[in-house]
Amino acid sequence: MDLLTILQILDSTIRLATPLLLACLAGLFSERAGIFDIGLEGKMLAAAFLSGAIAFVTGSVWLGLLAGIAGSLALSGIHGLASITFRGNQLISGVAINFLASGLTVVVAQSWFGQGGRTPQLAGAARFEPIIWPGALTNIREMQQAGPLQQIYSELISGHTIVVYIALLIVPLTWWVLFRTRFGLRLRAVGENPAAVDTAGISVVGLRYAAVGICGVLTGIAGAYLATALQAGFTREMTAGRGYIALAALIFAKWRPWYALMATMLFGFLQALALRPDIIERTLSFRVQVQLLDALPYILTVIILAGFVGKAIPPRAGGEPYVKER
Amino acid sequence: MQKMPAWAEVILVPLISLILAAFISALVILAIGENPWEALKLMVQGALGSTYGWGYTLYYATNFVFTGLAVAIAIHARLFNIGGEGQAMLGGVGVALVCLYMPWPHWTLALVAASLGAALAGAAWAAIPAFLQAKRGSHIVITTIMFNFIAAALLNYLLVGPMKPTGSMEPATTTFQPGTHLPTFQEMFSFGDQVLFRGTPANVSFFVAIAACVALWALIWRTRLGYEIRAFGHSEPAAKYAGINPTRIIMITMLISGGLAGMMAINNVMGEAERLVLNATEGAGFIGIAVALMGRSHPFGVFLAAILFGFLYQGGAELAFWTTIPRELIVVIQALVILFTGALDQMVRGPLERVFFAMRRPPKPDPRKVRTEATE
Repeated sequence: MDLLTILQILDSTIRLATPLLLACLAGLFSERAGIFDIGLEGKMLAAAFLSGAIAFVTGSVWLGLLAGIAGSLALSGIHGLASITFRGNQLISGVAINFLASGLTVVVAQSWFGQGGRTPQLAGAARFEPIIWPGALTNIREMQQAGPLQQIYSELISGHTIVVYIALLIVPLTWWVLFRTRFGLRLRAVGENPAAVDTAGISVVGLRYAAVGICGVLTGIAGAYLATALQAGFTREMTAGRGYIALAALIFAKWRPWYALMATMLFGFLQALALRPDIIERTLSFRVQVQLLDALPYILTVIILAGFVGKAIPPRAGGEPYVKER
Repeated sequence: MQKMPAWAEVILVPLISLILAAFISALVILAIGENPWEALKLMVQGALGSTYGWGYTLYYATNFVFTGLAVAIAIHARLFNIGGEGQAMLGGVGVALVCLYMPWPHWTLALVAASLGAALAGAAWAAIPAFLQAKRGSHIVITTIMFNFIAAALLNYLLVGPMKPTGSMEPATTTFQPGTHLPTFQEMFSFGDQVLFRGTPANVSFFVAIAACVALWALIWRTRLGYEIRAFGHSEPAAKYAGINPTRIIMITMLISGGLAGMMAINNVMGEAERLVLNATEGAGFIGIAVALMGRSHPFGVFLAAILFGFLYQGGAELAFWTTIPRELIVVIQALVILFTGALDQMVRGPLERVFFAMRRPPKPDPRKVRTEATE
């Protein structure tokens, strides 16, 4: 196997890991503040649909992105209402949001575009185009003859959409916000011991809504990326369990930003491999079942959860509504 | 602490939630340019207006009774089994193993064996998350979600690999042995020229589902184990103090839950398809969540909620057939039911409680006011 093949796989790893990474960081904010969110999948799906639809109608991918974020935020609002204001069951609320998005996107897409629950193909300014870095090669034949450094630069570093680079920048940003700012300290505290935060005179409800809101924005970007960058338009159920893989990655990363990057890259790599079964067969000289690769993120997460490879300890107050004592 | 009367708790709260869900669904139908009232009439006509409609409604309801009971028993132990879908898939594998490779002289024997196979397979799939919850403290919601995906991958593997007949391109097993054919409602209830339930998939497993409701009711409220499960669900420390072993309760509850979800397969795999196909469960495992929440985790409530969802499913299919409203509208309704009965429960209950308490207690005269009046 030559370097270029490896680079191609790594390249698609990055592309496939980006939505996972964004959703994972979204879940990170929410769960660090004590709000479990298994509705990542639904929010991504809603955002994917709205971004695809608005980008098609207006012809502008940026308006599409905004619409996607708005849709995701609306669902976040429902989740916040249910789990913060009305102190309902966060898990059930997440399940409901997933179904709501799954059903509504198809119903609305069908009545809007009449194409069997999908949006029309996006082209031109309605999509995020890859950014070719200066000096990068785009021709496959030239690339084959280039040196390894040039190959890495052209194939791996250059040629992604802006969302990919933004997602990678959000990782250090998340780390900085969570661990180096007052807001981050309070956000983490509210997920561990909300009563202490309340005693300090800081609004638990406000902080949790802020976290859920950030989660909504990030899942919105993730969903928009699916419909306007990774693919050209929305198709039904296009998230295909990515919200749950992100959740798995979050546990894998033990609720830490840099580890989230690594976990999502690993899961993205598995997805990239699943797309190229021929390469695995050539390298390992036996066939690996595609289904095994599909299931591997989930199996790995179960093993991690079982505590066989280090212990994953969630934020202490996660999943519990905060009731002020009187 | 005050409580609402039982009938309000059991009937009024779910009913208001349902009305809210129906109202929002009506708005959705209006928004996509159809008439909600006409849609409702079509659904009622299509699902309940003929024995044909009932045949489908009860077929779907049978699925939902099993998955609803599975979620309900887990809720009694305060466990949220979101893995009914995966357990039902494995139940299908269990049924297929029984029905494919063994000759059966009569369907009654086959039904018993297939029920056992389905329940064992479903229970086995629930056993690992249960064990991890009980022994290693892994959150059962997350593990059961993961196991849904693993089940889907496993089923996919089985149906394109070992269980697929050679030479076939379709990811499905061959048709089951003839001795495993379950009597359908058409065969059971048609007399002479009068053919009822023509061509519908409702079959004898509907009665197994009813039996399961009764058995589960007896288990939860009439046995020592049921008492222990409920005690554990109300308060884990108290249950521990009373000598109830948490590991045992978690394991047993989840095994029962997984077994019930798995038993759905006698209806959809053995009764309807008579072979195992991909996506045989069609999301019924998830509908169990809505059914259990709607039915307040009581077997009788689950039964009624399952009929309701059976009606929605069949009605939704009719709607998709006759109008431009896609079938996915049912998923929206399902989501709204889960949202209002499960997550936004407080929103419905809060105002209702205030109304009840205000009605029950006439305002007491303020003692200070009375005193000042007396001195005057």
